[in-house]
Amino acid sequence: MAAFIVRMGPLLVLWQSVFLSGTSAVDRGNFKTCDQSAFCKRQRALKPGQSPYRALLETLELTNTKLTLQLINDNNKVRLLLELYRLQGNMTRVKINELKPLKPRFEVPDVLINDPPTEPLSLLSQDENGVVLSLGADSQWLIVSAKPFRLDIMEGREVLLSLNSRGLLAFEHLRIRKDTQVDPEGAEKKEESDAANEPAEGETANEDGMWEETFKSHTDNKPNGPSSISLDFSLPGVEHVYGIPEHADSLKLKTTDGGDPYRLFNLDVFQYELFNPMALYGAIPVMLSHNAQRTIGIFWLNAAETWVDISSNTAGKTVFGQMLDYVQGSSETPQTDVRWISESGIIDVFIMLGPTPTDVFSQYASLTGTQAFPPLSALAYHQCRWNYNDQEDVAAVDQGFDEHDIPYDFIWLDIEHTDGKRYFTWDPHKFPQPKDMLQGLIDKRRKMVTIVDPHIKVDSSYKIHNEIRSKGFYVKNKDGGDYEGWCWPGNSGYPDFTNPEMRAWWASMFAYDQYEGSMENMYTWNDMNEPSVFNGPEVTMHKDALHGNWENRDLHNLYGLYVQMATAEGLIERSGGVERPFVLTRAFFAGSQRYGAVWTGDNTAEWDHLKISIPMCLSLGLVGVSFCGADVGGFFKSPSTELLVRWYQTGAYQPFFRAHAHLDTPRREPWLFGPENTALIREAVRQRYALLPYWYQLFYHAHYSGQPVMRPLWVEYPQDTATFSMDDQFLLGRDLLVHPVTEEGGRGVTAYLPGKGEVWFDVHTFQKHNGAQNLYIPVTISSIPVFQRGGSIIPRKARVRRSSSCMEHDPYTLFVALSPKRFAQGELYIDDGHTINFDKQKQFIHRRLSFANNALSSRNLAPGSQFITPSWIEKIVILGASKPSKATLKTPDGKENLLEFEFDASMSVLTLRKPGVNAGVDWTVVLQ
Amino acid sequence: MSCALLLLLMSLALAMGTGAAVEIQRPRGVPLSKRQFYEENKPFTCLDGSSTIPFDRVNDDYCDCMDGSDEPGTAACPNGSFHCTNAGFRPAFIPSSRINDGICDCCDTTDEYNSGATCQNTCREMGRKERESLQIMAEITKEGFMLKQQLIHEAKRGQEDKQGKLTELQGSKKGLEGKVEALRTVKETEEDPEKKAKERHLKSWEEKKELIRMEKDKTRMAEAFLELDDDADGYVSVAELQSHLELDPDSNGSLTETETQGLLGGADKVDTSAFETVWSGIKDKYLSEGLSDPPAPVETPQEEETRDFVADHNSDHYPEDYAGEEEDVEDDEEDDDHEEEEEEEKVPPTVQTPEKREDDEVSMPPYDTETQSLIDAAQKARDDFDEAERALREVDDQMKNLEKEIGFDFGPSAEFSYLYSQCYELSTSEYIYRLCPFNRVSQKPKFGGSETNLGLWGQWDDPEDNLYSVMKYDHGQGCWQGPNRSTTVKLTCGKETVVTSTSEPSRCEYLMEFTTPAVCQEPASLDKVLHGHTEL
Repeated sequence: MAAFIVRMGPLLVLWQSVFLSGTSAVDRGNFKTCDQSAFCKRQRALKPGQSPYRALLETLELTNTKLTLQLINDNNKVRLLLELYRLQGNMTRVKINELKPLKPRFEVPDVLINDPPTEPLSLLSQDENGVVLSLGADSQWLIVSAKPFRLDIMEGREVLLSLNSRGLLAFEHLRIRKDTQVDPEGAEKKEESDAANEPAEGETANEDGMWEETFKSHTDNKPNGPSSISLDFSLPGVEHVYGIPEHADSLKLKTTDGGDPYRLFNLDVFQYELFNPMALYGAIPVMLSHNAQRTIGIFWLNAAETWVDISSNTAGKTVFGQMLDYVQGSSETPQTDVRWISESGIIDVFIMLGPTPTDVFSQYASLTGTQAFPPLSALAYHQCRWNYNDQEDVAAVDQGFDEHDIPYDFIWLDIEHTDGKRYFTWDPHKFPQPKDMLQGLIDKRRKMVTIVDPHIKVDSSYKIHNEIRSKGFYVKNKDGGDYEGWCWPGNSGYPDFTNPEMRAWWASMFAYDQYEGSMENMYTWNDMNEPSVFNGPEVTMHKDALHGNWENRDLHNLYGLYVQMATAEGLIERSGGVERPFVLTRAFFAGSQRYGAVWTGDNTAEWDHLKISIPMCLSLGLVGVSFCGADVGGFFKSPSTELLVRWYQTGAYQPFFRAHAHLDTPRREPWLFGPENTALIREAVRQRYALLPYWYQLFYHAHYSGQPVMRPLWVEYPQDTATFSMDDQFLLGRDLLVHPVTEEGGRGVTAYLPGKGEVWFDVHTFQKHNGAQNLYIPVTISSIPVFQRGGSIIPRKARVRRSSSCMEHDPYTLFVALSPKRFAQGELYIDDGHTINFDKQKQFIHRRLSFANNALSSRNLAPGSQFITPSWIEKIVILGASKPSKATLKTPDGKENLLEFEFDASMSVLTLRKPGVNAGVDWTVVLQ
Repeated sequence: MSCALLLLLMSLALAMGTGAAVEIQRPRGVPLSKRQFYEENKPFTCLDGSSTIPFDRVNDDYCDCMDGSDEPGTAACPNGSFHCTNAGFRPAFIPSSRINDGICDCCDTTDEYNSGATCQNTCREMGRKERESLQIMAEITKEGFMLKQQLIHEAKRGQEDKQGKLTELQGSKKGLEGKVEALRTVKETEEDPEKKAKERHLKSWEEKKELIRMEKDKTRMAEAFLELDDDADGYVSVAELQSHLELDPDSNGSLTETETQGLLGGADKVDTSAFETVWSGIKDKYLSEGLSDPPAPVETPQEEETRDFVADHNSDHYPEDYAGEEEDVEDDEEDDDHEEEEEEEKVPPTVQTPEKREDDEVSMPPYDTETQSLIDAAQKARDDFDEAERALREVDDQMKNLEKEIGFDFGPSAEFSYLYSQCYELSTSEYIYRLCPFNRVSQKPKFGGSETNLGLWGQWDDPEDNLYSVMKYDHGQGCWQGPNRSTTVKLTCGKETVVTSTSEPSRCEYLMEFTTPAVCQEPASLDKVLHGHTEL
C-alpha cells in the first residue's frame, strides 16, 4: 500500500499538470452538446420530409386583427392552434400553441414593449388546398397550404420565406406520465410516431430523456415531461444570415451541418473558446437574412434553451442539400434553411420583412424597444479591474490618470469591495468611507460603478437576504424550498426577478438611504446574472427550479434581462425619475437594450479575442443592443504591450469602452508600460473623447430609431456583396469606417472602402481615397485606420479634458468631408448629458448641418425642442475643399462676418478660423 | 533626494518672496520667466517660431500656435500649459485642459476664472503646511543623517572586524589543513594493519564456514540418497530418480529415462560413492521430498504465467510508476529492453533465499584481542581525522559567510550593513509581514496558517544606478496561474528602522515601505535655504 502511495505521487503530479494546462481554455465537458441535451437530440433526430401537420381549413376564422386556424398532427391527432397576425410596419406574426394544452404553456412576458398593433389581413382566395392572404400593398401574399401544412410569404411571384417547408414543425404536446410499464396503446403509438414526424411519444418510460435527464451528476426532473417545439424556415435566394448572439463566432453565421447547432442558453462559460456555436452569457433569438435585394428578420420569441440549425445548399452540396433540391425541384437558387428548436413554451415568431436593413431595425425596435440613451459620460472611458483594493488604491489610480493626463470618466469596483460578497455593502476595512471616496470623484467630475450581482449570501445577519427570504422572493427549488447554490459568497439564494414585486423591492434597495454609502455618481454593474451557479448543471440554475408557477426551463434566458431591468429602475427611482441610469449586464435577452450596456464577458488577453470583439459587438448591434464592448486588454491572462495598445485603439472605436483585468493578472493601468506606450494609450483615449459628440448623436439615434451604432458595412451598402462577410472592419453610424489592427506586429491592413463614386478621408492625415476599392494602408503602432465618408459632417470636441463632464460646455470643431459632388450633411445633438429632460421636456438641440452650393449651414431639426448651450463653433475643417477667396459667416441677427481661413493645398483642407457662433442657433458660412 | 528637496524649498522661498509684491502685468497663464515674449501691442511670435499673430489673438480662446504658446490662459490649445503663481505656496504649471474645467487645480484659484466653480484660495494654508512638513522632514533628515554617519562608522568598524576575522580564519584554516593532512597519514598508517588483521580473521572464518558447508552437503547427500533409494537396495536407480521432475535438464516438464540416465552419469543405478558425482550435478535443483509440498511439477508453466502478469503490470498498467521516481534509471531501461532476461534472473533467487539464510545463521566469531586492538587504534585515528576535518569545514563555512557578507552591496559607505541578519515586522489586521533585509520577505497569517515566502533578496533596484532606495526581493512562493511572489521595498529617510506599510498593488507583487537613517542624505544647505531666501 505504501508503495502504491509512493507510486501514486508522480501520477498525481501528472494529473494536476493536465488539469492545470486544461484551464487555459473552456472545459467543454461542463457544457452540453445537442446530443447531451435530450430535447435537442430528439428534435434533431427528425429529418426533413413530409410534415404530419395538416391545416383544418374549416376551422379558419378571420377577424380584424388575426386569422386563426387549427392544425392537426395526423399521426397522433393532437391539434394545434395557429394564429397569424399582420403587424403594422411590414411584419407578420406566427403563433402556434396546443389547441388544448394540459396546462398553459409559457408565453414570454415583458419583452415586447406593447401588444404589437395589427393591420387587417384580407383573404384573397381559398380552396381545399389552402388560403391566400394579402399582406398589404406591396403585392405581398401569405399562402397557407393545408396538406401538408406550410406557410409561404411571397412578394409577387417570388418566395421570400417559407415555414415548415421542410416539415420540421414539431410540437411535443404536454401529456400525463403513465407509470404502467406495459401499455400496448402507447407502444403502438410509439411505433407510429417513429415513422411519423414527431419525437417519440414516450408516455410510458423515460424514453430519450423525456421525463428526466442527467448531466454530470445533475438530474433534471421534468414533471411536465417533454415540451419542446421546433419549426423550420427556408430563405430562397439567401446566402448570408446574421445575429442570434451571443456566440464567439464570425459575423456571418456558419452552417451547422455536421456540428452542433448554435445554442442560445445563458451560461457563465469560463475561458470561452472562439469560433464555435457554444452558448455564452446572453441570448437574443433574432436572426437577420440578407441578400442584395432584401433583408428579413426572424424573431423567435422564446426564452427557453434554444438551438438553431443552419444549412445552405451553396455551402458545399451535402446529402441534405441534394434532398432540398429534390423537394424544390432542383433549383440552382442559393437557399439558406434555418431550424429553431426550443425546450418549452410556444412558437411565437415575428417575421420582419424589411425590405432594407434599416427597416428591419425599425421593425424590431417597434417590438422590443430601442437602446437606452445612456448618460454621455457612460460613452467615455471606463477603468476597471478585479479589483481596486481599497480607497487609497482608487485615489491613487484616479491621481495616476491626472498625472499622466489621460482622461477617464468611471472607475469600477468589482466584488472585492463588498463586505464578504454581500452586495449593497462595503468592506469595512478597505472601504470604510465610501462617500468620501465618491465625493473625491465628484470633485474631479468623475464617477464610479459598483458591482451588484443577483446571488445573495445566505446569512441571517445580512439584511438583504433576510428581507428576500421573509418576503418569499427567492427562486424555489422543485420541492418548494428556497433554491440555493454556490457562488462568490458561498451558499447563495437567487431572488426571483421574474416577480414584479421582487423587482420593485430590488429597485427600492438602490435608494440612497437603503444602499449605504451610495451617491448620485455611483452606478451599477450586474454580473453573473445568467444566473451563474458554480455547483449547478452547466454552472447555472437547475431547470426544475421554480419562478412562481414556471420552471426555470421556461424562462431561463429572461433572468438576466429582469436583473438589469430592476436595477435600472432602481437607479431611475433613486433620482426621483430624473436621471438616466447606467447599468452594465453580462446576461441578456431580446429587449435588454432598453436597460443599458452589455459586454462580451470574460475574454482573454489574446489577439484572437481582440479580433472576435468586432463580430461579437456587430452581431449584438444587428439585434438591438448597440451599447456593447469587450474588456479592453482581455480579462484572463496578461496582454503584451502591443496587444494592450492595439486593444485601446480598437476599444476607443467600440461603443462600450472599458479596460478590465482578472484578479490574478499584473496591474495594467495605462502608464505602467513606459512613456511611449502611455502616450499611445493616451492618444487612443483622447481620440475617443474628441469624438464623443458623434458617439452621443449615434446613441440618440439608436434610442429613437433603433439603428445600430456599430454597423457591418452591408447595412449601409446592402447591394455590395463584397461587404456581406466582412467583420474585420465596421462603420460607426454611416460616416466613420474603422479598421482595427488585430495582428501582432501588423505593418499594414487592407481596408475595403465601400461605395462606388464615393470618397473617404483618412481622419489622421486627411488623405482622400476613392470608394469601392481594397486599400492597403501601412500602419504604425501610433493609430489604427479610421476614415470619414465624403459627404458627411462630424462634430468633435478638440479640447480633451480629464473627464467628459469637464468638456460639457466646450466648443465644437466641425469636420466637413465633401463628397465628389461637393456636398456634405451631418447633425449636431446636444442636451444636458444625463437627465431624461431631453425626452420629457424636449430639452435638447438637434441641428442639421449641411454643406451644399459652397455654403455650410446649421438648421433646427427639432422645432419643438429648446435647450441653451454655452458651446460654440470653434473651428470648421473642410476636407476635399478648394481655396475660396473669402468666407462669410451669416447669423440670424443679419450680421455678416468675414472668417479667416487657412488652406492646405496639398491635402485640400480648408480650415475656417473661429466662427464663434453659438452651437444652438442658425448660421450659414458662405464660401466664395 | 536632497536635490529635489532643495529645489522644492527654493521655489517655495521664491513664491514667498514674490507673493506679497505687486502683481506684474502679463497675459493670463504666463510665468514671469516668459513675460518678455508677450509684449502688448506688438505682434506675438509663437515660442516655437512657427508663426506670428496679432497680439489680440493671444488668449483669444482659439489656438493659433502649434506649440500652444498663444493660449497660455485658455484651454484652446491641446498641448498648452497654464502657470499659476500660487502666492504663498509654490507656483505650478498645469495642462491647459484644466483651465475652467470646473475643478480647482491651482491653490490661488486662477485656473477657474470662468467656469462657475467656487474655489477657495488655499495657497497660504498649503504653504504653511508644506513648510511645516518640510521642517519636520528637514529635522528628520538632519538627525537621520547623523545616525547614518554613525552607521557608516560602525559599518566601517564592522567591516574591519570582519576582515580581521577573515584573516584570522584564513590563518587557522591553514593550521587546520595541516592538521587534517597529518591526521590523514596517521589514519592511513593505522588502517593498513587493521585491514590485514581483519582480512586474516575473515579468511579463517571463510575456511571454517566452507568445512561446515561441505559437511552439511554430505549429510544432505546422504539424506537424499536414503530418500531416493526407495527400495533401500543401496542404489539409486533411474526409476527412483525419475520422480524428481525438478531435475529435468531441458525443463520441459517430463524427465525421460534417457535424461535420468544422463543425470546418473550414464549408469542405470548408482551406489553411495558414485552418487557423490551425481549429487554435485543435481544438488542445486534437488528438492527434498519431505519439503516438496509446493507444487514442484507444475512450477514451470505457472512461472510463465506469473511472468507475463508481472511484466504486464509493470509496463502497461502503470507506466507512470517509474516516472520521476528516485529508483535507479537502470531499472527503467531493463524494464523496457530486457524484460524477459530480468524475469528469468529474478525467479531463481526466491529459491535460493533459504540457503542464504542458513549461512547467515552461523555468525562470525569475535576478533581476537590482537586484531581488536589494531581496530581500536585505527578507529581512534579515524575519529581524530573526522574531528579535524569537521573543524576545517566549520572554518570554511564561517569564511564563506563572512565573504558573502563582505561581498554584499551595503551601499556606497556600507551604511546598510547594520540591516544584515536583522528582521523587521509589521502587523496588519490579517498578517504579520517580516522583512529580513538582504535575506527574505515573508507573510504569516495572524490567526494560524503557515508562512508565505514573498521573495528572496534579489538586488538593489533603483531607476538610477547610483541610488540605494529600492530593494527587490523575488522568487518567492509561486502564485496560482501567476508569477512567483515578489516584493519591492522602498526605503525612505527616517530616524528609526521600521517597516511602515505593506500592500499588494498587483496580485502577488508586494510593496513595502521601510524607513531607515541609512538613506538620509546630507541636509547640507537646508538651513541656508530656509533662512537665507532674502538673497534670492
